[in-house]
Amino acid sequence: MDSAHPSRGVADRLTGVFWSRPKLLTALLIAPPLLWLGVVYVGSLAALLLQSFYSIDEFSGVVVPEFTLKTYAELLRPSNFDVIVRTVTMAAAVTLASVAVAFPIAFFAARYARGRWKALFYLGVMLPLWSSYLVKVYAWKLILAKEGIVTWAAEGIGAGNVLGAVLAIPVIGGNSLSTSYIGTFLVFVYVWLPYMILPMQAALERVPGSLLEASADLGAGGWRTFRSVILPLALPGIIAGSIFTFSLTLGDYIIPQIIGSSRFFIGQAVYSLQGTAGNIPLAAAFAVVPIVIMLIYLAVARKMGAFDAL
Amino acid sequence: MKSLLVSTTAMAMVVANAAAADMITELGAPEGQVDIVAWPGYIERGETDPAFDWVTKFEEASGCKVNVKTANTSDEMVALMNEGGFDLVTASGDASLRLVAGGRVQPVNTDLIPSWATVDDRLKDAPWHTVDGVHYGTPYMWGPNVLMYNTTVFPEPPTSWSVVFEEQMLPDGQSNKGRVQAYDGPIHVADAAQYLMAHKPELGITSPYELNEDQYAAALDLLRGQRELVSRYWHDAFIQMDDFKNEGVVASGSWPFQVNLLASEGQPIASTIPSEGATGWADTTMMHVNAAHPNCSYLWMEHTLSSNLQSDLSVWFGAVPSVPAACSDGRGMQTQEGCDANGLADFEKIHFWTTPVANCSQGEGACVPYYRWVSDYIGVIGGR
Repeated sequence: MDSAHPSRGVADRLTGVFWSRPKLLTALLIAPPLLWLGVVYVGSLAALLLQSFYSIDEFSGVVVPEFTLKTYAELLRPSNFDVIVRTVTMAAAVTLASVAVAFPIAFFAARYARGRWKALFYLGVMLPLWSSYLVKVYAWKLILAKEGIVTWAAEGIGAGNVLGAVLAIPVIGGNSLSTSYIGTFLVFVYVWLPYMILPMQAALERVPGSLLEASADLGAGGWRTFRSVILPLALPGIIAGSIFTFSLTLGDYIIPQIIGSSRFFIGQAVYSLQGTAGNIPLAAAFAVVPIVIMLIYLAVARKMGAFDAL
Repeated sequence: MKSLLVSTTAMAMVVANAAAADMITELGAPEGQVDIVAWPGYIERGETDPAFDWVTKFEEASGCKVNVKTANTSDEMVALMNEGGFDLVTASGDASLRLVAGGRVQPVNTDLIPSWATVDDRLKDAPWHTVDGVHYGTPYMWGPNVLMYNTTVFPEPPTSWSVVFEEQMLPDGQSNKGRVQAYDGPIHVADAAQYLMAHKPELGITSPYELNEDQYAAALDLLRGQRELVSRYWHDAFIQMDDFKNEGVVASGSWPFQVNLLASEGQPIASTIPSEGATGWADTTMMHVNAAHPNCSYLWMEHTLSSNLQSDLSVWFGAVPSVPAACSDGRGMQTQEGCDANGLADFEKIHFWTTPVANCSQGEGACVPYYRWVSDYIGVIGGR
């Protein structure tokens, strides 16, 4: 043994290796998250995509592992296409309603609320997120039930026939609020609203007050300022929020099972097609639909500048 | 890929045969534990309700600690058994034959289970656990899918399932539209088929789980008519109970579980098995082919048949014991009236749940397989 180089411990040697090859350390540190993202996340998505190109044998019900577009053609069958249209329509309606409801709240919070009021606002928006999603949905089922508080209150103030008229509207109406699309819609809006308010409020806070003053100086009224200054500047926030509400509604399979008319949404179709049914290809094809829709949606959102601030 | 499939099937058969040869002939010393995959609520040790405990005494007497892994669907059970690491599973009719065919469970030597003789004779050779005369488990519990109804609307029990299938005036003078429910699972097609067995004999349906194209189409037509009557299909037992309380629902196919719970809350609810009969479920305790604790497993199977389990579980779950004596011999809380209310007297009128497959008694590929039931039932609920 060389006396100038006393024996070195393992850790000491490792330090030496890392010092002489800095890229090795970086690679080692980045490998686990990369593996997670690459294998677990992208890998499972790829497996899903692969499955959707298989088909199921008509007679035996066994999955045939040969590439075909037959399963995607099945998505176009009226009963399956209904499921897609129903889900996308609901997601769009929920998103639009969330924008309409969230904007005034976010605007007030961003531009007027100060100090204690601001804290109260955050608490009010975040509080529902802290309680269980299921508890909220079950609570809404009771609220909207035929013998629930909404019907009771409507009758109490003599608006029972108004509620009846609303429920008599074909397609979206039903036997009671909790068994109609209106009910499903209301609960979706309630549950996803915070995801719209928060990004919207962040965007509105970034609108410089000086621009509003300049707009007023140039003679623009409130409506004109809103349309030409506030809305364009807040648009990225609105789009960011809409990505949440839209994609969350597209994928949800619990709310439509508890509230509504039992007609299937995409998530429920996927859930029931796998398992005993063994129709993994169709389940996978159904699962690809929201992915494609969201990719298109994100492409459009990017065009409109939703990610410019990133 | 196909050859791989063939070879795995062949291997599965070899494994199954090897297992048949390896059937245990005598019991050794207990291994100290037994690992069971079970439905929620099936294996209670007094932690949910101190009155319902059928584990503690077994553990004390046998020295086998009982570890339970609950599973919420039959698919989950099959997946857990495929993974291995468990000794026993409480398999339902849509899982049991898959487990046998896949070589995942081993034959059970009934000579080592003294209480086998007390099992209901009608269940001893039931096709969902007996293949070619070999028993792959011991019957655990069974129950019918009953017609639950509101007693203020129906002073007399409804005599036909027509109240949930066809539009009509109910005894209170109002239509049944919007006031009845149906199960949202595709297996409800079998309930429609059973109704047609009685009302359209010309279709020639012999089993509601084996339907050819024509019979299947007729069942779907009946269900499309039912869609007009149903505001919301039920999926979750507690949501259905809530719908009977707050949503004005007065009749629906259901389980004794909901009926007993609603009745215990003082709701005007009762159940009946109408003249057409009913569909039902039957579960079996099955033993993994590589069970690590076979002696404790056999002791547990004996325990399921001989102890207070059959009696108390049938009260807890609203089900029927596989050992008829458990209804009346006072080993637990169940009574003869309770067993009869849960469906014991109606055994002959019940068609037990099995997975519909293409190759059925009507011929190779003659029947509509289950995956189509699933996709078509989605269409029916969607109004197609």
